[in-house]
Amino acid sequence: MTRDSRPWLVRAFLLVLLVAAAVAFPKVFTNPAVTNYGVLALIFVTVASAWNIFSGNSGYISLGHAVFFGSGAYAMGIAARDWNVQGTTVFALLPLAAVVGAVIAVVFGLIALRVRRHTFIVITIAVFFIFQLAAFNLRSLTGGSAGLNSPFLNWPSSGYNTPFYYIALAFAGATIAIAVAVRRSRFGLQLRAIRDDEDRARGLGVRAMRVKLTAFVLSGAITAMIGSIWFYYINQVEPQTGFDPLFDLLVVLMAFLGGYGSITGPVLGALIIEPGTLWLNTQPQFSGGYLSEILLGAVFLVIVLFVPRGIVPTGGEWITRLRTRGRPAVVPVAAGAATAGSAGGAAAASAASPAGATADAPPASRASKGGAR
Amino acid sequence: MTAVLRTEGIKKAYGGVQALNGAGISVDEGTIAGLIGPNGSGKTTLFNVITGYDRADEGQVHFAGQVITNAAPDKVFAAGLGRTFQLTRIFPRLTVLENMLVAAQHKRQQRHTVRQRAMDLLEFVGIDRHAGLLAGSLSYGQRKLLELAYVLVADPAVILLDEPAGGVNPTLINLIADRIRELNSQGKTFLIVEHNMEFVMGLCSTITVLESGAAVVSGPPEMIRSDKRVLDAYLGADLEEEEPDE
Repeated sequence: MTRDSRPWLVRAFLLVLLVAAAVAFPKVFTNPAVTNYGVLALIFVTVASAWNIFSGNSGYISLGHAVFFGSGAYAMGIAARDWNVQGTTVFALLPLAAVVGAVIAVVFGLIALRVRRHTFIVITIAVFFIFQLAAFNLRSLTGGSAGLNSPFLNWPSSGYNTPFYYIALAFAGATIAIAVAVRRSRFGLQLRAIRDDEDRARGLGVRAMRVKLTAFVLSGAITAMIGSIWFYYINQVEPQTGFDPLFDLLVVLMAFLGGYGSITGPVLGALIIEPGTLWLNTQPQFSGGYLSEILLGAVFLVIVLFVPRGIVPTGGEWITRLRTRGRPAVVPVAAGAATAGSAGGAAAASAASPAGATADAPPASRASKGGAR
Repeated sequence: MTAVLRTEGIKKAYGGVQALNGAGISVDEGTIAGLIGPNGSGKTTLFNVITGYDRADEGQVHFAGQVITNAAPDKVFAAGLGRTFQLTRIFPRLTVLENMLVAAQHKRQQRHTVRQRAMDLLEFVGIDRHAGLLAGSLSYGQRKLLELAYVLVADPAVILLDEPAGGVNPTLINLIADRIRELNSQGKTFLIVEHNMEFVMGLCSTITVLESGAAVVSGPPEMIRSDKRVLDAYLGADLEEEEPDE
C-alpha cells in the first residue's frame, strides 16, 4: 500500500461508515419525532446540494429556488387531484414534478440569467413573489390560501416516516452523486470559470448562457422533485409554505455555513441548520415572536463576518496551513529553471520581483469574499 | 501575403466619446503586427470590437474570409481568434492546469490528449511546476505567461496580445518576445498592442498607428520611426533619440 493511496482508503472507509449510519438511523431511532428530523434534514440536504450545483459552481446566488420547490409540490398535488391518483401510485408522478421544475427553470433562467450579481438576486426574489401571489390567487388551480391536500397513503402510522426517510435518503445520495459528477466534468469546470470571470470564459469559447441555463434547469428539476416528496410527507401545501420566503434564506445559510461551492459544505450546513431550526421551533421560549428567525439571522451574520467561506473550506485551509507550516505557498521557480530554460528563470525572477509580490495580494482578498458576485 | 484579419471603418462611441472613428487595420497571415497609439487612441476598444467584447456602431471585421462583426466572444474564439487582456485575466480559484482546460473545452478530444497538450504548453512558458496550484497564487508575471498559454491551448490561428510586456520585468519581457517569435515561426499570426516601443519595434514586421480612433499610418518599423505624423501624434522626440535595436 502506498502512502498516496491512504487518504483515499480513509475517505472510502468514512463514506461507507456514513452511509451505514444513514441507513441504520430509522432502525436505531424509531421514535417518529426523531425520524421526522431525519426526513426533513435529508430533504434539505437534497435542496442545498441542488442549489449548490447551480449557485455554488456558477457564483449566481439564487434566492428563488422556492419557486421550484413549491411548483413541484403544487404540480404533484394538482396532478393527483385532477387525475385521481391515489396511494403509492402518486410516486409515479415524480418525473412530472421534474419536468415542471425544468420548464419553469428554462423560462425563469432565460430572463434572470441575462443579468449578473445583485440584479440576478433581485430578479430571483421578484419571480419568487410572482409564484407565491399566483398560488394565492389562482384558486381553481391551487386551492388559494387553503392550498392542496396530498392523496392518502395507507401506511401504518407507527412507521409512516421510515419509507419517506429512505426516499429522501435516496434523493440526497443521488443529488450528491450528481453534484460530484458535475464538479468533475468539463461542464463543472466551465461553471466554475464563469464564477471566476464570466467574460473571460466566454472569450475562451465557453457558451456561458447555455452552461448556466443547463445548471439552473438541473438544479430546478431536482428541487421540484424533492418539493413533491416534501408535499406528500407533510400532507399538504399552502402558498406560504410551498413558496416560503424563509426557504431560500435557509438554503443559502446552509450552503454558506458548510461551505459555498464545495460538495460537502451544503450537506453539512443542511444537517446542522434544518434539525436546529426544527428543534428551536419546538422550544416554547423560541417558538413565539419569531425568535428562532432572529437567531438564524444572527447565525448568518456570524458566518458572513467570521467564516465567510464556510466550515469545510475554512477547516480545510486551517488543516493545510498546519501541515505546510513554514513552506512557501508558491514553489520558487528558480530551482526548476532548467526545466524550461530561460522560462523558469524568468518566472522566478518575476515571482521574486516586488511587482509579483504585489500582484499576489488581490486573489487572497477576492477569495475571502466567498465568491459572491 | 493575404490579410487574415481586417477591419473596415469601425466606429464605436461611448456616450459622447467617439472611441473609434473609422478604424481600419489589416494583419497579414503569418506576421507579427503591432498596434500603437497614445492613451485613449482606441487600441483596446478596437481589440474589444474585433473579439466581440464590444459591439461596433459601424464598420466590419473580416477574419479568415468571413465577416465576424459583432459576433459573440465564444464564437470569435471558436473561429480561431484568441486574445489576452491588458490587465491579466485568469481564473484565480481554478488551478493553473484547470485554467488551461477551460480554453480546451470546445475541442472534442480525448481528455488525456488535452491534458498533455496543456502541460506541454505550461512547460513551453515555464510554469508547468505550478500546474496544481491555484492560479490566484501566481505572481503577476506568471499570470501573463499563463494567459498566453491558455489562449494557445485551443490552437487559434491569430492571437491578439494586449500589452503583453506591461508591468513585467525585463527578463520576462525577453522571454515573452522569444515565445512570440517561436510561435510565429510555427505559423501563428499576432497582433500586439504595446506601449513598450523597444518591444514593438524589435518584434513586429508591420505597425499601425492609431490616433483618435483612426489609423493614421501603417508600415514597417523603420517607416514608423521616421514618419512625421507619428512623431507629431505620439512618439515625439523620444523615439528619434533612441538608437535602433540592430
